[in-house]
Amino acid sequence: MSIEVAVAAALFVGVVAYAVLGGADFGSGFFDLTAGSSRRGAELRTLVDHSIGPVWEANHVWLIYVLVIWWTGFPESFAAAMSTLVLPLLLALLGIVLRGASFAFRKYAETLGQARLFGVVFAASSIITPFFLGTVAGAIVSGRVPMDGAGDRWSSWVNPTSLFGGLIAVGTCAFLAGTFLVADAERSGNHRLAGEIRVRALLVGLVTGALVFAALVPIEHDAPTLADGLEGRAAPLVVLAAIAGVATMYLLWRRRYAVARITAVLAVASVVSGWGVGQYPWLLVDEVTITDAAGATATLQGLLVAVGLAVLVVVPPLAYLFRLTQSEEWTRPDH
Amino acid sequence: MLTPDVVTATLAHASQVASQVASQVAGRIAAEAEPAGLLPAREQMALSLGWHIILACFGVAFPAMIFVMHLRGIRKDDPVALGLAQRWAKVSAVLFAIGAVSGTVLSFEMGVLWPGLMGTYGDVLGLPFAFEGLAFFLEAIFLGIYLYGWNRMPPKRHVLMVLPMAVTGIIGAYCVLAVNAWMNVPTGFRIVDGEVTDVEPWKVLFNGHAFLQFAHMWVGAYMLAGFSVAGVYAVGMLRGRRDAHHRLGFMVPFVFASVAAVTQPFVGHVLGFGLDERQPAKLAAFELAETTESPSPLRLGGVLVDGEVKGSIDIPYLGSLIAMNSPDKPVSGLDTIPEEDHPPVNMTHLAFQTMVGIGTLLAAVVAFFWVQRRRGRDLLEKRWFLRFAAVAGPLAVVALEAGWIATEVGRQPWIVYDVMRTTDAVGDYTASLWWLLGISTVVYTGMTVGAVVVLRSMARRWREGAVDLPSPYAPATATPGEGERR
Repeated sequence: MSIEVAVAAALFVGVVAYAVLGGADFGSGFFDLTAGSSRRGAELRTLVDHSIGPVWEANHVWLIYVLVIWWTGFPESFAAAMSTLVLPLLLALLGIVLRGASFAFRKYAETLGQARLFGVVFAASSIITPFFLGTVAGAIVSGRVPMDGAGDRWSSWVNPTSLFGGLIAVGTCAFLAGTFLVADAERSGNHRLAGEIRVRALLVGLVTGALVFAALVPIEHDAPTLADGLEGRAAPLVVLAAIAGVATMYLLWRRRYAVARITAVLAVASVVSGWGVGQYPWLLVDEVTITDAAGATATLQGLLVAVGLAVLVVVPPLAYLFRLTQSEEWTRPDH
Repeated sequence: MLTPDVVTATLAHASQVASQVASQVAGRIAAEAEPAGLLPAREQMALSLGWHIILACFGVAFPAMIFVMHLRGIRKDDPVALGLAQRWAKVSAVLFAIGAVSGTVLSFEMGVLWPGLMGTYGDVLGLPFAFEGLAFFLEAIFLGIYLYGWNRMPPKRHVLMVLPMAVTGIIGAYCVLAVNAWMNVPTGFRIVDGEVTDVEPWKVLFNGHAFLQFAHMWVGAYMLAGFSVAGVYAVGMLRGRRDAHHRLGFMVPFVFASVAAVTQPFVGHVLGFGLDERQPAKLAAFELAETTESPSPLRLGGVLVDGEVKGSIDIPYLGSLIAMNSPDKPVSGLDTIPEEDHPPVNMTHLAFQTMVGIGTLLAAVVAFFWVQRRRGRDLLEKRWFLRFAAVAGPLAVVALEAGWIATEVGRQPWIVYDVMRTTDAVGDYTASLWWLLGISTVVYTGMTVGAVVVLRSMARRWREGAVDLPSPYAPATATPGEGERR
């Protein structure tokens, strides 16, 4: 593997991690938004707060990781994407800002009225953010981001592939969050709440699955390069995603929540990886390859050192944090 | 007679003149035709970075204060200290959250606002950001562990979880300052035929100027966070709350702030060494030196109007002494620097003097406080001192912002000093950036109001004796017990 491809792979690992870990956090917003009145939804909202509270900031850093590796490793393509896709990126950014701030504010809000206001902002922005990031991915895979950065500011992301990309992103986030929340509810002994989430997670799963398959039709015409990749090199990942998705539905149906989390992660990770493998070797599809987009070699080497260091110093504490949040002590309500 | 030689010579001369004229005209057009997006892009960056920088200071300095407080609580079995540490942890959760998202804004803006910079120099300046990302990752992880670890972890292990935050805050700050130092003193690349080549990213990460800039900012962060937190308790004492809680809550951050405040003038002075060679225009603007004077005076206040210094108080010799470390070595005046390379002089000068003035005041007052204390006089009994302590936090914020304005505005018109002009870095957006600025102003105002409302209401509830803040998600009476659970 050339050093350019190694850095691109490291970058894409960040995309997958953000889709899975950040995605589950964003998806919680969907359940928060649809939890019902403040009385009816209090339990679910408390659960959402409790399950993403300790981890959302760490999960959020994957996005920064992706941006930094992108601009450092492939600077011109970063500038090009940022210029062309300025609108959806800024809208996603608006969502990120509002979500993070209002989530923190809601936890310490004084009155129910404040909590509701911050809560609605948190939940709504949790939905718009993955949507716009999905449209960005759609713009890149359909070859709408030219290297000179002068792509159309609207049609680059308002097109069939982008819109499906946005909807699929929202759906996969919600599906992931559903499986995590249902397991959290079950572990804290709240079977009634778990049952409620289960039904909704199943519905979300059905809709998202249907969306993914429906998307294949416009992608065939609108993003032929990606379609070729998906049918060729990435086909095993697509099949794996389908199997894991169906398995998750089955496990949710059978109330096997703990295992369902694993298959759900597998399903989303393979959908996203399928996209990455499908568009290889392009960085910006039909515009520039990974190799041609790469910056200085010394910098790529430096980046790999940083990534190696990250594996050494970030992964262990991150694993520790995740293990803690899944432990008995942490399931206790905090104060 | 027209010989071919004469014709050739005349034509050559004519074309020379024409090209000179053309380049002059082009230069003038370039100077006048500022990209339409430049001003809003600058304002946008100023708003988001100026806002973020305050929270970044808390991110850098607050964990160390929490650590000291928490450690004291465990070591001395002091419930007051433990209570303070726990409250500060909750406050830092709110500040860290909005700091994290406002930091994310900046990483988007690097590309959206300055594609010229990132496209050309992304691979030169990027590595420090990668390490900053690493540090931030660890900070976010340990924040999660620490915040949710209260009463869920063995206390001795729990208190250690805040230490990595203190350390990574420092590393992250260093990395960001390394990029800024590189923009001031670029290194680690060459330009051959207009192409950036021979990139040495490690040189950028460890550039010679980075450490001093970092030291100045780091100490500034302790001043800002220390004075701000201490000020909260000073206000409490002014209102008659003079318990152990308030004294301790004041003292720990005030010690941090004091050490930082008396160190800062030296750090700043050392940072200034060699500025006359690195960025003479910035130094001239700092000193408001329109012409070269030997020895240079120190100019307090004053503005430059039509090339004339107006309204300043000049102290002879002191300018040379402070800026050049010599009794008579002059500060080069702006007249030695081409007009198109001048920074906005007045803003740079006033911002610089605001920083120095406030820094000196803060250092003097804390020094006075500790001297008096050694003599057995406690200024905490004096209302005038408590009033000063209450405004010291906002003053430190103003000083830090002013210092940042001085160094950033003073670098203009260069985004990368002597290498890339800010006009060449900005995107080709036009009026749409004004929209963005308008929306951002609304969002940042909203975030500020939200944070103030939430932090104040937390403080009020704590004051009223609430230990655990109840869940805000349900009507308190509707589900008995449920509301109290969290």
